[in-house]
Amino acid sequence: MKKSKILLGTVIIAIVGLITVVAADHIEAPAAKGTTADITDFYAFQGEDTSNIVFVANVQGLLAPSATAAASFDENVLVEFNIDTNNDNVEDLVIQAIPRDGKMYFFGPFSPSATGLTSNIGFASTQSSVAITNYGASATVGNENGLKMFAGPRDDPFFMDFARYGEIIAGNATGFNDPGSDTFKGTNVLSIVVEVPKSRIGGSGTINTWVETKVKQ
Amino acid sequence: MKFNFIKYTAAIVMTSLILVGCSKNDNDSEPLGPDFSGTYMQKDQMGRPAVNTVFVSADSKDEFNLTVPSQQSAKFQSMFEANLLGLSPAYANDGKNALGQDAAAFTGLLATDVLNVSLDGKTTFYDGVAANTLSGRALADDVITVELLLIFGGEDFTENPTLSDDNVSANDKEFSPKFPYLASPW
Repeated sequence: MKKSKILLGTVIIAIVGLITVVAADHIEAPAAKGTTADITDFYAFQGEDTSNIVFVANVQGLLAPSATAAASFDENVLVEFNIDTNNDNVEDLVIQAIPRDGKMYFFGPFSPSATGLTSNIGFASTQSSVAITNYGASATVGNENGLKMFAGPRDDPFFMDFARYGEIIAGNATGFNDPGSDTFKGTNVLSIVVEVPKSRIGGSGTINTWVETKVKQ
Repeated sequence: MKFNFIKYTAAIVMTSLILVGCSKNDNDSEPLGPDFSGTYMQKDQMGRPAVNTVFVSADSKDEFNLTVPSQQSAKFQSMFEANLLGLSPAYANDGKNALGQDAAAFTGLLATDVLNVSLDGKTTFYDGVAANTLSGRALADDVITVELLLIFGGEDFTENPTLSDDNVSANDKEFSPKFPYLASPW
């Protein structure tokens, strides 16, 4: 009797967990979903030093604390920050980030020889690097060639009642709850943070920017 | 004769091994950096939050990821507009959002999935000041509520109130004012 109650409880928890994960993931692009190249978020904002812009790319979201130590950046996945300085939505500059043997290497900002869906690593351009911070360790910050750099697990900065949004879209609910429930509460991501002087990405005015993951063929 | 052949073959093999060994030693004086060669093919891309999630139909999500931003509007704006009109009653009967955009103008902006960032001052997704709108994306910006308001809220954010705010307004950990800004992991 007691055992079956525990079993029933476990099944219910498993089902609730499954619904939450599916709700948070099921409308992502199928080819990228759940892979080491799955981008969860992108931020670009003025730094503490207001002459700098900070770029943040997060990958591999919804990591439970128990799964975070084992998560790692994929050496076959290039993360590319694209910067358009003349408003034609074509990248004029890129900053590339790719891990090798415990370090995150950064190339650029540089003007790529080709734009679009395929890239080569610009190893002729300025190269900088930072040791990837391990789970549980304090953040290792790199300072090289005018860049500040970080790579490693962080709290997922995104907040949203994604589970409820999924229910609304599925037609199972007609509105949000108040208060809502942050689907991303208590979860981690793998983050790449790079801070660069504005003077090296256009100086003034407005840039258009986006992030891409590209996989080695 | 046969023995000699084996002997000479062995000698040649040994010599080549030594030569290979030597040439490797020669290279040891130069730093052998990591291998960054090869071609990398696009897998995923993102500009503004939740754009692919909300506005791209299920069977086009992979294709959207493999379309460069300069071609996204021509290829996907009409799909965005149809999906917006299907999703939100706020745009019916020439309805507009709080930025004064009708469905065509709003989806024309969103279909090019890039983040606009000002290099001249404050960077925020939306803070209520018109001049700051879409000037970047800061960590604490409540981007989902802003997007919900623009999708459902109508001209003055008062329409469809139960759909216009997910009532989650802040992160579960405090951000740092210093690099790397994001909070330590759980």
